[in-house]
Amino acid sequence: MNPHIDELWVYLSTTPLLGLTLTLAAYQCAWWLYRRAHFHPMANPVMIAVTVLVGVLTLTGTDYQTYFDGAQFVHFLLGPATVALAIPLYAQLPRLRTMAMPLLGALAAGSLTAALSAYAIGAALGASTQSLLSLAPKSVTTPIAMGITESLGGLPSLTAVLVILTGILGAVGARGLYGLLRIEDHAVRGFATGLAAHGIGTARAFQVSEQCGAFAALAMGLNGLITALSLPWILPWLNHLLAR
Amino acid sequence: MISAFTLLLVYQLIGEVIARGLALPVPGPVIGMLLLFLTLVVRDGPGKELRNTANGLLQHLSLLFVPAGVGIMLHFHRLADEWLPLLVALVGSTFLAMTVTALVLRAPARRATREEEGR
Repeated sequence: MNPHIDELWVYLSTTPLLGLTLTLAAYQCAWWLYRRAHFHPMANPVMIAVTVLVGVLTLTGTDYQTYFDGAQFVHFLLGPATVALAIPLYAQLPRLRTMAMPLLGALAAGSLTAALSAYAIGAALGASTQSLLSLAPKSVTTPIAMGITESLGGLPSLTAVLVILTGILGAVGARGLYGLLRIEDHAVRGFATGLAAHGIGTARAFQVSEQCGAFAALAMGLNGLITALSLPWILPWLNHLLAR
Repeated sequence: MISAFTLLLVYQLIGEVIARGLALPVPGPVIGMLLLFLTLVVRDGPGKELRNTANGLLQHLSLLFVPAGVGIMLHFHRLADEWLPLLVALVGSTFLAMTVTALVLRAPARRATREEEGR
């Protein structure tokens, strides 16, 4: 009996089916828990699903590449989903028109705060230069952040992890923070969450309301754009200043 | 549903071609999103089919981040080496950025809401 099970496992672990099924099953469990917790931010489904999957892969000795061969089909949908963000964004067009200038002001302030405070806190606590350069673009959506890190001379793969952790932190902490600051407007909440916590924050924002999600999507796109254009100029200058 | 999905992919493809062609630092899907948004502004909104497909895709946006998130397992030892500065920097800067953005936006947003209600 046993050799057959081994053969079956060897076969399954070489097809994409396993990685794909595992991803969907883990997400189903996470979503079920999230719903049972009345969509409480601490029960973030990305965090739970990732934890379960890392546990399963580690216990079965499966490497990430093998897993990703299957999971890439889910990963691929990020592209068309990003394009689809244009539809909820369009629904907020009247509000966007009346708030265009303040949104740009908040974008500039928030974008600089995200990158420079990450850098400054990391530097003050003695993180290595390479970690600091990988840390700076962490509020930006993964593909842009990895590109920025590369141009700064950091480690793109480390950035990818820091970006994911930032997104989870933002999604988990947003509700408590805005409660503390007494911010109720869903447009404001969404914009700040999308700016600081990119796609994972945006996903959470959509679970709160469509307006919240649309402003998060807008902030995510704009922050990616402005950080990609500004950080490669600002950071070397800052480095130079700190080195003196 | 198929035609709406095709439309999304076509916009992503156009975005990808523009991003690569002009060597822009922004990923193709983000450019595709901006182009689709401009198209919707010009054409006065999405049809029912596009709206339904987009809603279906965005309803479980969280799921789409899971495969990339599992990549964290490749970096456990690096994270273990510098966990304190990285953790404090991530938590501190994320909450600072949300606070600054929200506070800058709060007063103008209130004014905009009042104007809309006044109309």
